[in-house]
Amino acid sequence: MCVVTLTLFLEQLINGLQLGTMLFLMASGLTLVFGVMGLINLAHGSFYMVGAYVTALVTVSTGSFLLGLTAGVLAAAGVGALVELIVIRRLYHRPHLDQVLATFALILIFSEGTRWLFGSSPLWLSPPQMLTGFVTLPGGARYPLYRLVIIAVGILVAVGLYLLISRTRLGMRIRAGESDREMIGALGVNIARLYTLIFAMGAALAGLAGAMVGALQSVQVGMGEPVLILAFVVIVIGGIGSIKGALCGAILVGVVDTMGRVFLPAFFRQFMSPAEAAGVGSALAAMLVYILMAIILAFKPKGLFAAHG
Amino acid sequence: MDKLKNDSAPPGLPAIPATWFDRKGLVQIGLLALLLLAPLAAYLLGHVYYVNLGSRITLIAMAAVGLNLAIGYGGMVSFGHAAYFGLGGYVAGISAYHAFDYSPFLSWPIAIPGSDSMLVIWLATILLCGLLALAIGAISLRTTGVYFIMITLAFAQMVYYFANSWPSYGGEDGLPIYLRNTLPLVDTGRPLTFFLLCFAGLLLAMAITSRMMKSRFGAALTMARLNDTRLATAGISPYPVRLVAFVVSAMITGLAGALYADLNGFVSPTLLSWHMSGELMVIVILGGVGRLYGPLAGALLFVMMETLLGGLTEYWKLFLGLVLLFVVLFAKHGLMGWLAGREPHV
Amino acid sequence: MKNLASFGLGLLMTSAMAAAQADDVKIGMITTLSGGGSHLGVDVRDGFMLAIEQSGRDDIEVLIQDDANRPDLAKSLSDEFMQRDNVDILTGIIWSNLAMAVVPSAVRQGVFYLSPNAGPSALAGRQCHENYFNVAWQNDNLHEAMGAYMKGEGFERPILLAPNYPAGTDALAGFKHRYEGEVVDEIYTQMGQTDYAAEIAQIRASGADSLFFFLPGGMGISFMKQYESSGVELPLFGAAFSFDEIIIQAVGSAALGTMNTSQWAYDLDNDANRAFVERFREAYERTPTLYASQGYDTANLILSALDKAHPSDQDAFREALREADFASVRGKFRFGANQHPIQDIHVREVVAGDNGQPTNRLVGLAIEDIQDVYAADCQM
Repeated sequence: MCVVTLTLFLEQLINGLQLGTMLFLMASGLTLVFGVMGLINLAHGSFYMVGAYVTALVTVSTGSFLLGLTAGVLAAAGVGALVELIVIRRLYHRPHLDQVLATFALILIFSEGTRWLFGSSPLWLSPPQMLTGFVTLPGGARYPLYRLVIIAVGILVAVGLYLLISRTRLGMRIRAGESDREMIGALGVNIARLYTLIFAMGAALAGLAGAMVGALQSVQVGMGEPVLILAFVVIVIGGIGSIKGALCGAILVGVVDTMGRVFLPAFFRQFMSPAEAAGVGSALAAMLVYILMAIILAFKPKGLFAAHG
Repeated sequence: MDKLKNDSAPPGLPAIPATWFDRKGLVQIGLLALLLLAPLAAYLLGHVYYVNLGSRITLIAMAAVGLNLAIGYGGMVSFGHAAYFGLGGYVAGISAYHAFDYSPFLSWPIAIPGSDSMLVIWLATILLCGLLALAIGAISLRTTGVYFIMITLAFAQMVYYFANSWPSYGGEDGLPIYLRNTLPLVDTGRPLTFFLLCFAGLLLAMAITSRMMKSRFGAALTMARLNDTRLATAGISPYPVRLVAFVVSAMITGLAGALYADLNGFVSPTLLSWHMSGELMVIVILGGVGRLYGPLAGALLFVMMETLLGGLTEYWKLFLGLVLLFVVLFAKHGLMGWLAGREPHV
Repeated sequence: MKNLASFGLGLLMTSAMAAAQADDVKIGMITTLSGGGSHLGVDVRDGFMLAIEQSGRDDIEVLIQDDANRPDLAKSLSDEFMQRDNVDILTGIIWSNLAMAVVPSAVRQGVFYLSPNAGPSALAGRQCHENYFNVAWQNDNLHEAMGAYMKGEGFERPILLAPNYPAGTDALAGFKHRYEGEVVDEIYTQMGQTDYAAEIAQIRASGADSLFFFLPGGMGISFMKQYESSGVELPLFGAAFSFDEIIIQAVGSAALGTMNTSQWAYDLDNDANRAFVERFREAYERTPTLYASQGYDTANLILSALDKAHPSDQDAFREALREADFASVRGKFRFGANQHPIQDIHVREVVAGDNGQPTNRLVGLAIEDIQDVYAADCQM
């Protein structure tokens, strides 16, 4: 029997937080692109995959994870910029439906193109040697250092984005773009370049998530899809276009998902056989995030932090 | 298809205003004739496979007709219509499963036996899909835009995970239907008969959509899409109008799902996955949003590409993606817009 | 059952006739070549084609199509093969849910189906069919064998982990069937889950002495990487599905020291196997996985039966298949009454190979001549 101790609870809370920060990296790019350009991008998960693939390939050939990570993030940004220039910028004035179809097509192209180039086999990628240690939590449990590093990076990115948007000229333009798209064009800002920059930045964040989490996961074709759906849930819960909403939504989804997976089966065990409880509990846990989203939208139809009035 | 276009409207000539024989009318008749005659010809030549392929295209088109009612006419971009498609499939599967081994579906509080009669299954599908859509629509329609897209997806994902992990009806393994469900007087097991049945279903779905949109209700729905404030000032609340359209849309898609399960002799949670929702959406957009014949054109192109490209290369999805991208970038109003010209503004 | 028979008869007419037209044999292969987990399909195909090419026969035509891991597409492809191309034999499906969509109706239409990978319990038991042969294993075999092995090794408090879907619950049931003792806990994860931190914390807190898991494909890779970095040190056990050569290369050092059960190993000592591994490496420049070995065995079984009869002579061909008169890379191989293998299951350990990369090494026998428990339900 699994007894819920305070230590276990704390550990799971950190696990939820870590899942949340990873989701935030994905969601922040999505929400920026939607907020500023009004674009739904289903292909955001492909940048996650590009980041992980390039990191894995470069890490193996150079032996340095840091070099791999840098290459992965740059590659994701580069691919993002390229996709924006070739395809995405033709979609800004199109209805959402056309954007959905075009970016759906991009998913197919990226997934199968990657498989064509690198084959069907998953790639190897591990955390760097210096980050494989543990940190002892209060209560005695050992927690992997690498996961704490992911949380730290997530927080750094959140702070960085906040400063970027509230303190810099670029941030001012982004905010202006969110509230009135025509106006900033009239003010002489090069909108086309601004959009490419924002799109590439979003792609780079997705690539960063893919590269870091890729070290803990299977680096394979299609790895971005499950994360993409969750990231969409996050930005919808948080309120589309709002970075603050993405952060809160990501942590909420990360914690609820993790806690649900652990504690729902334990809860059903109170009045069911262990096998049944595990089955029912984990089935319900799989639905939990979506139930959460439906409840939130039923009461707040524009998410928790609606960016547009 | 290119040929059709050239035959019907030579460039430079003004279209004849009679609705049947103008470019649009000819394209529409051509599409229907292609879908009907190709399987018939295949049957006469003894190629059963193409008859079944025809049924497959017809049913996917019918499901998309349902979705088109929500997306195209109602402006409700549902990313969760797989839920109704799959539910219809599961009604057919579960009912046949109980009819096959004579076990009751429910024994308490009232006894409900399984049934292998399509009529019973269709009725149950329409009822259940209607109820599910009523519940989902009632909550989802409080939101708009991207929020609506995502909340419909969320509900569909709930149904998907439920079906995936619920062990009674096979879970992820799915549920086989050994014998095609039956109708009085006709032998549904014959491929051609079944195809004609599907074709009739598609025509019916299109007729319902067309009649609805020509009625006062359709006018209200169009107005709700274009400008719901104006509809409200006319004394009609847009919410119930949308809800009714959403429910009817789900019923049509569900019915297509029930037939699709019978065609495959199999139903599984894949029918409920977000890929299925996405595919139906792609077909609607590909064909032309809000065009009566759009889903038909979209389904024809999509399924044919899937079938033909799959035989040519292992990387067929790459080329499918390229074709889709090309269509969306360069044929702005879908296949129907490209073939038959833009729909005049209402 | 009467219903089934009449159903089969009706459809039989349409497709069985054409089989007699020519002496050439057509084989339709439906397998997963795109999307996640496609390395399984690629290996089955490559192993299969290696055997066909080796045979030098030019009267065999193999048609190959990608099912993209979608049951409805697989079903449509099987119709295409049977109704348009008039194939005599179908094979290739990787996943149980796709097999359940295709096999029951296909075999009733008078084609033979030889499974190179999936072995769902229904097809071994109540829904067995005289035209269905499984050349790989019944799904439970490898899990059962690991249950027997861990019991024999004296582990007393194992904790079990699998995704919450039929193959997952079957895997744990199969394990418990031969393990027989009490298990500490059973944890079910979600299909396609990528983060296992929560489960690993539960495992750490459970007080178990060993961990048995079934997480096929990418899920297993993710789990093992995270397990290593978590510092939990319970020994890991599983079925070969999470430990094929391609997966353990992707897992890296985290796979070292784990044990897994498999009906085949590349260092299994017999002539057929040595020749197979050498030729496969030569042709494709990689070490074969168990999936490749299954594809290879499937093709060789078909070839051995073709030497005796043409598939259009259904009874003779079926009899020839049942004899399983071919040199299996597993050493010994025979069919039980339900036309599923009765075979030895071996234990392999993941060790560092010559180049430092992890690889499987045979360490012993887990169980001899195992037959699935569903055979008793099969009435042919």
